[in-house]
Order: sequence, then C-alpha cells, then structure tokens
Amino acid sequence: MTAAVAPALKMQRRSLYPGWFYLPAAVIYSVLFLAPTFASLYFSLTRWTLFDATFIGLDNFAQFFREPFLIQGLVNTVIYAVITSGLKVVIGMMLAVMLTSQIMARGYLRSVIFFPVLVSTIGVGMTFTVLMHPTQGMINQALALFGIAGPGWLVDPKLALFSVALVDVWKGVGLATVIYIAGLVAIPKDYYEAARIDGATKLQNFFYVTLPLSRPATATVITLSFIGGLRTFDLIWAMTKGGPGFASDTVASVIYKQYQAGFYGLSTAGNVVLFILIAVLVVPLTMFLNRKQGHE
Amino acid sequence: MTRTKLFALTGASLLGLMMTANAVNAQQSGYLSLLIDNGPQSVAVAEAWVAAYTEKNPDVTIDIEVRPGGGEGDNIVKTRLATGAMADVFFYNSGSLFQAINPVQNLLPVTNEPWQAGIQDSFKSVVSAGGEVYGTPFAPAMGGGIFYNKPIYEELGLEIPKTWDEFMANNEKIKAAGKTAVIQTYGETWTSQLFVLADFYNVLTEVPDFAEKFTAGEAKFATTPAAVKGFERLQEVYEAGYLNADFGAATYPDGIRMIATGEGAHYPMLTFGIGAIAETQPDHLKDVGFFAQPGDDAATNGLTTWMPDSVYIAKTTASPDLAKDFVGFIGSPEGCDIRNEAVGATGPYMIAGCELPADVPPAVADMLPYFQEGGHNGPALEFLSPIKGPALEQITVEVGSGIRQAADGAALYDEDVRKQAQQLGLSGW
Amino acid sequence: MKHSRAAIAGGIAAIAATFVVFVIPFLFIILMAFKDKQQSALRDFSWPNGFHLFENLYEVIKTRNWMMITAFINSSLITVVSVTLLIVLAAMVGFVLARRKTKWNGLIEFLILAGLMIPPAVVPTIWLLQGLKLFGTLHGMILIQVAYNLPFSIILYRAFIATIPRELDEAAVIDGARPLDVFFRIILPLLWPVTVTNIVVQSVGIFNDFTNPLYYLPGNQNATVQLTLYNFQSQFSTAYNLLFTNILLITIPPLIVFMFFNRQIVAGMTAGAVKG
Repeated sequence: MTAAVAPALKMQRRSLYPGWFYLPAAVIYSVLFLAPTFASLYFSLTRWTLFDATFIGLDNFAQFFREPFLIQGLVNTVIYAVITSGLKVVIGMMLAVMLTSQIMARGYLRSVIFFPVLVSTIGVGMTFTVLMHPTQGMINQALALFGIAGPGWLVDPKLALFSVALVDVWKGVGLATVIYIAGLVAIPKDYYEAARIDGATKLQNFFYVTLPLSRPATATVITLSFIGGLRTFDLIWAMTKGGPGFASDTVASVIYKQYQAGFYGLSTAGNVVLFILIAVLVVPLTMFLNRKQGHE
Repeated sequence: MTRTKLFALTGASLLGLMMTANAVNAQQSGYLSLLIDNGPQSVAVAEAWVAAYTEKNPDVTIDIEVRPGGGEGDNIVKTRLATGAMADVFFYNSGSLFQAINPVQNLLPVTNEPWQAGIQDSFKSVVSAGGEVYGTPFAPAMGGGIFYNKPIYEELGLEIPKTWDEFMANNEKIKAAGKTAVIQTYGETWTSQLFVLADFYNVLTEVPDFAEKFTAGEAKFATTPAAVKGFERLQEVYEAGYLNADFGAATYPDGIRMIATGEGAHYPMLTFGIGAIAETQPDHLKDVGFFAQPGDDAATNGLTTWMPDSVYIAKTTASPDLAKDFVGFIGSPEGCDIRNEAVGATGPYMIAGCELPADVPPAVADMLPYFQEGGHNGPALEFLSPIKGPALEQITVEVGSGIRQAADGAALYDEDVRKQAQQLGLSGW
Repeated sequence: MKHSRAAIAGGIAAIAATFVVFVIPFLFIILMAFKDKQQSALRDFSWPNGFHLFENLYEVIKTRNWMMITAFINSSLITVVSVTLLIVLAAMVGFVLARRKTKWNGLIEFLILAGLMIPPAVVPTIWLLQGLKLFGTLHGMILIQVAYNLPFSIILYRAFIATIPRELDEAAVIDGARPLDVFFRIILPLLWPVTVTNIVVQSVGIFNDFTNPLYYLPGNQNATVQLTLYNFQSQFSTAYNLLFTNILLITIPPLIVFMFFNRQIVAGMTAGAVKG
C-alpha cells in the first residue's frame, strides 16, 4: 500500500511546486535586464551610434579616466554615497530611539518623518532648489534674520554636492528610521532588564544593548542607502544637473549626459564602471556586515 | 486676326490663366504634426503660422507639439528621429547640431523646391549635407554680442567700446558708480557660453583658417592664443568682480529683466533676446542697445553671427507634399510678415523679399549695420565646423565662476571636442 | 515627576524640530500654490494675498493641451499594471524558491541579488527595446518596471512564504487541488500582509519613477507625471505659483496612499525584518 502510494505522492509533490512558475518572471527578467547587462560589457568597448558599433577596445575607459570631469563624477559618487548612508544610519538610529521611547505625539512624529519617503523626488528637488536660492531662498532669508550670511547652497562648487546630499537624507531618513524601529522593537526586553539591574545608564544601555542587537537593521540600512547613493541620479538632476560646472556630477548623471550627447559607447562604458564600482564596494561591505553577525 | 478669333484667344488665355491660378492656389488638405521648441517666441510664431495657413486651407489640421530646448531638446530630437517617431515637421538648430542628427538618413531634401530660390546661400550652406539642402529658415539671422542698457550709458557718459580694453574700462566706471557691470545667468548653463562663442569673429581676424584646421584636428583652442582669449575674457570679467551677486543661480528670464530694467549694464547674449525683451518688458525695449564683442583692434571690430534655427521635414512623414507646402509658406515673404506681426523683428531675414518693418527696436537697429555695406560679420564656429563639444556650457560655467583657469578650460574643451569628432567619424582625430 | 518633565521638554523640542525640518517645506509648497504669479516670485514664506489655488490648478492642468491629465492616466496605468504583474509573478517565484530546494536555487538567488545592486544598462536596453518595437510604448515601460522591481518583490515574498507551513500545501493536495489552485486559492490570500507592503512600496516607487521614463518613454503622448513636472520647469520658470501647484498636485496620490496604508507599512516592515 505505502509503496504504491509513495511514488504517486512523490510525483504529486514534485509538481506542486512546478518549475514553470519561474517562467514568465524569468523571461521578462532575462530579456529586459540580464541580456542588456551582458550586452553592455560588449558595447562599452565600441564606438556606437545605435546603428553600427566599431570596436575600439578600452578607449572609452581610457577616456573615462583621462577626463577630469569624468573622474570627478566617480569621486563625487563615492563621497555622496558615504555621506548619505552615514547620515541616514546615524540620524535614523537616533530618530528610531526617540520614537520607541515614551515621547509624546509619537504618531505625529512617525508620520511626519516618514512622509517625505513617499513624495516625488523631482518635486522635492525642485522645492529645495527654490528654498536654497542664495539670496531669495527661504533658508538663507531665515538665516539672515539671525544675522548669518547663508552660503550659496547649490551655486558654491564646494557645497553643491553636499547640499544635494542633505536633501537626500531629508527625504530618505524616514525609511531608515522605520527599518530601525522594526529592529529595535524586536530586541527582547530581558536584555534591558538585565542592564537595568546592573545599574546601566541610558547611554550605556544604548551602546551595549541597543546598538549591538540592532546590527541586522544597521546592515540593511547601510547596504540599501549605500547602493542607492552610488546610483543616485534623480535628485542631482532636478537640483543642479551636475553643476555648477561639474561640481556635483555623479556617475549616473555622467552616463546620462554622454547619452544625451550621443556618445552611446562612452555612456555604456560609464554603466560598466558604475557596475564595477558597486560590485567592488558593496560586496565586501555586505560580507563584512553579515560575517560579524554570524559571530554573535 | 478676326475679332471672334481675338475674343476666343483672349477668352482661352483668361481661362487658362484662371485654371493655372487655381492650380497654384489649390487648397491643401490633410494632417500635419509640428514639433517646436518651448521658447515663447517659437510658440507664438508657430501658432500664428498655423492659424494663417489653416485659414487659407481649411481642410488642413496642424497639431503643435512642444519640446524643451537645450541638451534635453537635442536628445528628444535625436531619439525620435532614430526611432522613427518624429513629427512631420520640426524646428531645430542649423550648423553643427544639424549635422549631428544624421540628416541624410532622417530628413527629406528640399533642394529644388520653389521657395528655396529666395533663400540666401549662406543659410543653405549650414543646412546641407551630402549635396542636398534640408532646411528652411524660420527666423532672422542672429548676432552674438553684448546687450547694453542705454540709460546707464547716458547717465555715466559712456561710449560704445570698440576694443576689449575700452569695454573693461566702461565696466570699471559702472562698478565705481555702484551698479552691476555685467550680468551672467549660469542658472541656465547655455547662457554662459556667450563670451567664448561671440569672440569667434575676433579669432577669425587673426587666424582666418581656424575653422578648417579645427575640423581637421590640427588647430586646438588651448594652443591657439587667439582662441584661448575668449576663455580668458570670460575669466577676466569674473575676477574683476563685475558680475551680479546671484550670477550662479540667475536664469535667462532674470537676465532679460535685469538688462531691460537697468539692474545691470551689460548682458552677453544672442539677439533673439530682443524678442524676449519685447514680450516681457515692452516698456523698456527702447532702453536696450547692442554691440559686437570687441577684440583687441578697433579697426577689425565685427559681429559673430548665428544662422537662425531651421524648419525640417522628417523623412518618415506621411504627407510630404502637404509638409512641403506648409514649409514653403513659412519660408516666404508672407511668412515673414506674419512673424513680424506675431513677435516683432529681431534681425535681418535670410529670405529674399522679407522686409523689416520701419520701426525696429534700437537693439535691432544697432545690429543691422554689421550686415550692411561697410560692416563686418562672420559666422560662429558651429556654422563653419561640424564639431561642437557638448560639455562647453559646463566648462564655461567653471571658467566664468573662477572654478577653473581659462587655459585649463580651453584644454578641457579640446578633449571634449575630440569625443564629438570621433563619434562623427572624422578623419585626423 | 522629573522624568515626565524631561519627557515633556524633550517631546516639545522634538515636535518643534521635526516641524521646522519636515513640515515647513510642505507648508511652503501649499502656500506657494495659493499665491498669484507676482507674489510667488518673491519666494518667501508669506501668507497668500488671495485665494488663487483654483485658477492655478486650472492653468496647470490646461498647460500644453491638458498634458497633466494624459500624464496622470499614463502613470496610473503603468503603476497599476506593473504592480499587478509584479505581485503575481514575484509570488509565484518566491513560492517555488522557498519550497523547492534544488541546486539551481543558489544561482537564482544570486541573479536576484544582482538585480538589486547592478544598475540597469540603459543604452543597450534602449537598443533592445527598439529592436523589439517596445521603445517609447506604455507596455514596454510596464515590462521594464516589472523586470527592474522583481528582485525586491521576490525577496519579500520568499521571506514571508517561509513562515507558511508546508502542511497547508499538502493538505490542499490531498483534497485534490492542482498546483495552480493551491497557489491562487490558498497561498496568495495568506500572503496578504506582504502583498500590501509590496503594493504600497512598489506603487509609490513606480509612480514617482523619473529616470526610467526619462530614458525609455520620451514623447508627449506617453507623458508621465514626473516627466511632465520636470518639463514644465522651463514652462513655469517665471511662474512659481504654477510650478508649486504642480508639485502639490503630484503629492496627492502618495498622500492618499499614506493615509490608507500608514499602519500596514510599519507592520509589513516589522514582519519582514523579524522573519528575515
């Protein structure tokens, strides 16, 4: 009886999770994402007009690393990613601690901090461009009331990238906060009890219980915001278009500008550079963040 | 000849004449899509032409579609041509930008069309490729130079400068009087190129074959002292502290307002700005004058000219005859009259029979002598060479804001140009 | 006593600080949308001299042949269809991935992770879309959105499906259900919390997407909301009241999503984080 039923059940069990469930997703994903990614490895080595492609070897990449404004874009990208993810981690954690404490009006605070995450990036960029106008923008006018001469947020080449990064953090910190809240809420109360019995102060509580035990959340926030920062385009494009000059160009805006100019091979090379940059920076980062977790 | 035969002959000729007349004025019918840039003058004049044309040809419907200008617009035009999704008729630049949209592959040649006979050869040369003409001018020729505010000049007793040193001396006096000497509007990066591009006439006086050598890859900006001067002058004006306080964020409409109302004394710009002043500051139109960017020598003062933008027909159009008829209408004296009415005159027309109205704004009156007997003018580089690097406007923002030295900027531009030349497949690069 | 006084002081400080940082920019948008053209040109934080909101709205919606309406229709269409496809396809993949351990799983997971990190190669994609006659079409854009957002959705579903006991599947099989029935009738409904999170996150993301339509959907007939806002910048360069009315207009859909799904968002994140 069992012997007869077993193979029948086994056959049913196999087809219960049919392989063809993968098919539609696999087709769309491979054709529209994987295929072009592989194609880019070839086309980045050509001079391309979309109609014909002449093989030129590594010339595009040589160009990329020879032109100062292309290198600037590369440097800016890494700086931007580090600043935004760093700020989101720190501020996100602080806000999450505040929002999981006994503070009042928590509902209002959570909503107000999270809402910018849902709003259009272009809308946010345009709004802050007006707010950051050097003479007529509200930020500098408010500072003037206190007697402080506000800087040229988006027109000073030394400040432009940083100003856009600040707006990025304004918009994205809510997401980091929510992820942290989820992580904090998952920490068993026993740890805090034990710490309290040991006479720990609030600060010690934070550094010895909260911080270590929210490592998975920290890892998630760092990884997500770092990758996002490396690929950033929308906000830069809405606020400065990479200006003044090339001061706030990132690899993504460089890719777009080369595409606009019709240098399709060079643009694709930019994509490959970004791809390599992300792989080289993010993979070790992820391994580092997750390996430590295994040790705990 | 008998009387009867005479009558018959007259009658027949009259009939023949009437029939021919009808054939010439045969009413068109059909549909056209027209893609224009979003400049307010373009929109106003396009609407006027469509209204006039559809009044004469009630069975025709023309839809106007608007696209942004600048690099975005370039991209849209290129992409839509490449994917066969272009409108029937569209406005776009002439010169090197025209060369970059693959005209032989994408556009309908209009070389032997009837209206082309009245168009100046100098224009035809910048809308031709492979021996065929593809474009028709829809605007007057332009000059690139410096607008100046007349009231400020009168108040301070200044003369129109014929050399760069005189220009800087004027600026010094204006600054001493507590006013803004030079307006710059880097909020729209394309406006930052003017000091460099408008200097090209001065380059040509010193190096007459610069354009050919440049195209062949033999002459470079960085190594040609006359060519670097444009960048140096841009830097000079910034370093002398003559700029408006918000030069980094101000926009083209801000610049137009400032020069018209006297908030600033000088604004380097193309003469289509006159149209913008006429529209937004009509009361101050008489307060704005124009002069060519001066060089080192008063004797060789001349205007760097821009060929106007052109109207093209896409090869993929479904109604080529209707498109040609409409374009011919635009490129006719009647089209010019409608333009004069709709947006006013901003310069000399490239179409024979197109007259300027008797009363033109002072800035236009200042510009015309350069085109007439005894005056000097020469085309900007982008009309003598197919190569124009796409990053120039960012480089000029850098040089004009003190971020980068002029010589460095020139060298950077040479590199940028190299990319364009290679993409176009030119030899020698 | 001291404890609550500090808490109150801290609370007030927090509310004030968050108000200045997070609320004032939105108030600015709203105030500008009520002003007329001259007053909005001052760009300051002043009370409007009159109630111009409706005429501003009319102006904005009328611009360029009612383009905002086309844009809203297009964006909504793209969002709804993409999200629907994403839910069904990602759940299917997540389901089989979680349940069926084969030697291919490692490769599949790697490819999915890659999709989260690797930036799409835009120009080759354009070239491919042109070849497939999908470039500049709404359905092309929908397929792109699905392709680019599959990894995130799949990971969400896989994590959550692990919490549904296998016994449920097997019980259903014994009752005579075929695989498709098991999936659609039993599994999918149980995934509702994650589906809600997915809907919210993906809809907002796709509706607010600027870069992909910029590359793949040029042209006025296919105008999307973000692109239209961006293109109107030059149109409204001297009319800040209209520009901000436009920004206000496109902030309304996320606002609606927020009001309805506020709780679920946090709940969904918590669930995923704890289980993951």
